[in-house]
Amino acid sequence: MKKKKQRMRKAPFIVLGFFLFLFLAGVISGEPSRVLEQSWQICLSCIGIG
Amino acid sequence: MELGRKWVQIVIAFLTNGYWGFPFTRTIYQGPLKVVCSPGLNCYSCPASTTYCPIGALQQLMLTMRFNLENAQYFLGWYVVGCIGVVGSFLGRMVCGWACPFGFFQEMLYKIPSRKFGVPRILRFLKYAILAFMVVLLPLFVVNEFGMGSPWFCKFLCPAGTLEAGIPLPIMQPGLRSTIGILFYNKLVILIAFIGWSVMASRPFCRVACPLGAFYALFSRVKLVKLELDLQKCTQCKACHHVCPMGVKFNESPDDAECISCMACMNQACKFDAISLSVGGIPLRAGDIRKPAVSKEV
Repeated sequence: MKKKKQRMRKAPFIVLGFFLFLFLAGVISGEPSRVLEQSWQICLSCIGIG
Repeated sequence: MELGRKWVQIVIAFLTNGYWGFPFTRTIYQGPLKVVCSPGLNCYSCPASTTYCPIGALQQLMLTMRFNLENAQYFLGWYVVGCIGVVGSFLGRMVCGWACPFGFFQEMLYKIPSRKFGVPRILRFLKYAILAFMVVLLPLFVVNEFGMGSPWFCKFLCPAGTLEAGIPLPIMQPGLRSTIGILFYNKLVILIAFIGWSVMASRPFCRVACPLGAFYALFSRVKLVKLELDLQKCTQCKACHHVCPMGVKFNESPDDAECISCMACMNQACKFDAISLSVGGIPLRAGDIRKPAVSKEV
């Protein structure tokens, strides 16, 4: 019987690498602290109040 | 496997909403975990939420971008897009099926006995428009005199925000009740509509309106973990059509952007081992590796 050859797909790793780069760029630019500040506050208009 | 998936959904819903001190503090969680991205749609103004919602955070960064750039703060949403991009590269919409609290909520509603209906396929394109316009373009370009935009999706549409934060917060903080107005009632009507629709149709919000699902759907062809179809084993019996909660015809479109990898087709429908879970193109199931090709005779 002919053995089916399994090939690792490369595309997912390229895409993953791209988004990892974006993530690190965001970390370096200090974005996590801004995200943290925002998520500590209740955004009243966001939830339909105020 | 279905029971295992339910447990994963419950555990992740509790992990992303794990702050149970809110009845005493009467406010939302304000600890360091809020820098962690919730993989699914989970409002960060929810009193119990321990993580940030990527859609909410992305909108906040978009609507303050002009203001930030004028003040030499280069917050372009890279961190948030990077977080959900990494998750999407690994799992794509598998997150919707396994890790989204609002998806889990809709699944529970669908179990309520009632007459069931499908969701027209054409409506699935709406969520991409919502992602492009309500999450990115409108918050970025429709701004006030100070250069600040609005979180359009959260403000006018998001039913998860109403359910998890819009309703509990005025109960916890009576002072907020006086600020309830037309916006709140508009969102309440949307929530009720989606709840009613979820009883009669499977996951209508995920299929029609979820911008996070739309983002993850972009990874349907390139995600690392995905379901694969073995065309040599598939008999085109169409058993997979009848079990899919998202209305995917897996044998016709195995890379369908709507597939949430719940594995119902693989475990409950296919008797020919034609569907397998793979990582980077390598099948995970031992049967797919060891078994010889099954004859197409039924």
